Amino acid sequence: MSTVSAVRKVCWTIGDAMNSFDEMHGQGPQSVRGLYDKVKSWLDQTPSETMAARRAQAELFFRRIGITFAVYGEAEAGERLIPFDLIPRIISRSEWNLLERGLKQRVATLNAFLSDIYGQQSCLKAGIVPADLIYTNPQYRLEMVGRQAPHGVWVHIAGVDIVRTGERDFYVLEDNARTPSGVSYMLENREVMMRLAPELFANHHVAPVETYTDALLATLRSVAPRGAEADPTIVLLTPGRYNSAFYEHTFLADKLGIELVEGSDLFVRDDKVYMRTTVGPQRVDVIYRRLDDEFIDPLVFNPSSMLGVAGLMSAYLAGNVTLANAVGTGISDDKAVYSYMPDLVRFYTGDEPILQNVPTWRCREPEALSYVLDHLDELVVKEVGGSGGYGMLIGPTSSKDEIEMFRAKLRHAPDQFIAQPTLALSTCPTFVDQGVAPRHVDLRPFVLTGSDEVRITPGGLSRVALREGSLVVNSSQGGGTKDTWVLEA
Amino acid sequence: MRIHIHQSTQYAYDEPIRAAVQILRTTPRPNDGQHISLWRVETDADARLKPGEDAFGNITHALYIDGAIQRLRLTVVGEVETSDTGGVLRGGLERLPVQVFLRETPLTLAGVDLRSYATDVTGGRHDRLDRLHDLLAAIHRDIAVSEEPAGQDTNAAKAFSQGQGCVQDLAHIFISAARHIGAPARFVSGHLFRHDEEVAHNAAHAWAEAHVEGLGWVGFDPVTGACPTDAYVRVASALDYLGAAPVRGARFGGGKEHLDVSLSVAAEPGWRGQ
Repeated sequence: MSTVSAVRKVCWTIGDAMNSFDEMHGQGPQSVRGLYDKVKSWLDQTPSETMAARRAQAELFFRRIGITFAVYGEAEAGERLIPFDLIPRIISRSEWNLLERGLKQRVATLNAFLSDIYGQQSCLKAGIVPADLIYTNPQYRLEMVGRQAPHGVWVHIAGVDIVRTGERDFYVLEDNARTPSGVSYMLENREVMMRLAPELFANHHVAPVETYTDALLATLRSVAPRGAEADPTIVLLTPGRYNSAFYEHTFLADKLGIELVEGSDLFVRDDKVYMRTTVGPQRVDVIYRRLDDEFIDPLVFNPSSMLGVAGLMSAYLAGNVTLANAVGTGISDDKAVYSYMPDLVRFYTGDEPILQNVPTWRCREPEALSYVLDHLDELVVKEVGGSGGYGMLIGPTSSKDEIEMFRAKLRHAPDQFIAQPTLALSTCPTFVDQGVAPRHVDLRPFVLTGSDEVRITPGGLSRVALREGSLVVNSSQGGGTKDTWVLEA
Repeated sequence: MRIHIHQSTQYAYDEPIRAAVQILRTTPRPNDGQHISLWRVETDADARLKPGEDAFGNITHALYIDGAIQRLRLTVVGEVETSDTGGVLRGGLERLPVQVFLRETPLTLAGVDLRSYATDVTGGRHDRLDRLHDLLAAIHRDIAVSEEPAGQDTNAAKAFSQGQGCVQDLAHIFISAARHIGAPARFVSGHLFRHDEEVAHNAAHAWAEAHVEGLGWVGFDPVTGACPTDAYVRVASALDYLGAAPVRGARFGGGKEHLDVSLSVAAEPGWRGQ
């Protein structure tokens, strides 16, 4: 379920937080990085009662907005509030420029890779990626083989997870290229932050994030079928109110000014998609779908899916409707494929990767498997097709039993797993019960690719592990979010 | 052999349906073993049939109906000239790399027991073709053929554990086992002219194909325990039944559905044994 990955994501580190790179203090607790000067004095000078009052207000705002998420697989499942931390996470313009270049390169590679494996397959012929890894992967959608996505764009919306370990050391943890979520938090966090800390905004030049919805709309419009009218009809297709990201779907549809629809609101006639409206059927040109491939059309994929639209794939393959993201992008964010990304970047762009990859052992390779089995207590082991922190082992914090259970799983189906070393994630100052303390963070920027240009809103969603020494930014396990500021000067 | 096929599927609904969409996979492609002299897909309702091709290269028709109808008849009429190729498929259309057919799907989940069975019954031999023939003989011997499916959503493992299944279940068992021993395998739907039975059936046939280096795709029918002959008409193939299903559809309204299927597969006198 990639829709929940924004809120159920796990990050980790070894050892205690003080050994990590702190984004406010740099390497030493006494120093303060220039970027954070004003935040530091804001923290020092604002009375703690004022801060406490604002934090309470923040919670109230989020409750009133109704921004919640559902947690899967928990006894007390239900709607929850993700804690918001009032201290912004700050990124300098020069750091952001580096990230932005790296993200563009990364997403361009994802798109080139998808065009290639569904087309010429030159990366397989050149031996960059083993063919069987692709061919036997259920995310390699056979329906798309020999076809191209409309306008050659596959990943219109990517949510690339980035972690930092040093001053200039940024790693891509995951390329979420299916239906990444979390952007509503980016937008809401900014709104709440502007209300609660206007004085801090006044003395910083923060790059705006509100432009995201315009950028998304422009992106979706740019990929409308060539025969569509000048003002294409765009809809957002949601799995419905029981989906963990349903709030975000309603939020985005509202901001974009497009209809929020469920599968039953659409139908296909003669390979064209229509929306049922009170004034009769209306032709649909672009579908921003927050529904995985598996569920979009019961006549082609999962036949028991009640969430999709019968005949949608026929309409899509006939070129009469554009789906964003395209069908079949799941192969590009498969975790085994991830391990080949640096080679793929070189292969398609001819340049060295700007963002680093976390070193990855592919358990399908016998030597790698035996290393992983010998070092399970140090490593993070993930399922290749999994996302959102489900079905993974974090060696350093797992019990002996958990490790043994995973050992058995690994032996049974090694090709289903990869392993990575634990990383010392950077920390940011965060409000905790005892005051302010460093807590680990990650970053999910959203990269939009249209037929015309690539648009990236400066910043993204920063998630923070609120518990001391915690490895987990997962909101169901004490994870929260922060507003992310890219400073213009 | 010249084979005549006449299949009629009649849908009746308690209430009029408002709209329906179906994907039909009822039209065969020619290959060296089958020449299609005539093939027609027709419907008696005010429906549009849009021809297309699916991921596996099967010929499809998207059928769209709108407007209130309570009855729909689909008729498939065909005439095919077949020849025996010893079970080897040649001259067909291949859109996908062979390794794709090593994938396990929900319907072809093997499970522990079927896996060890596959290893056991093919253990004596090294040559892939020999192993596949051993597998075919074993499944034909050990799994009984029933008219009804082993149950809804039955996968290979479940049908195997019950020791019986419909023709689709047997094909799934063979496919899962073949993939387990490393042979790419796929599901084939089509028609079988049976010398030994009455002419009328009410269901289409299904079997499997497995890939053998140097030979290509070879058909295996676990129902007969033999390779397909000139009595077979090959219509569609895929990873499993779902991908090759003759009809997949959805409808709006209609209440309860009543289905009446008739199928005749007949050989033209004088052509037998050619």
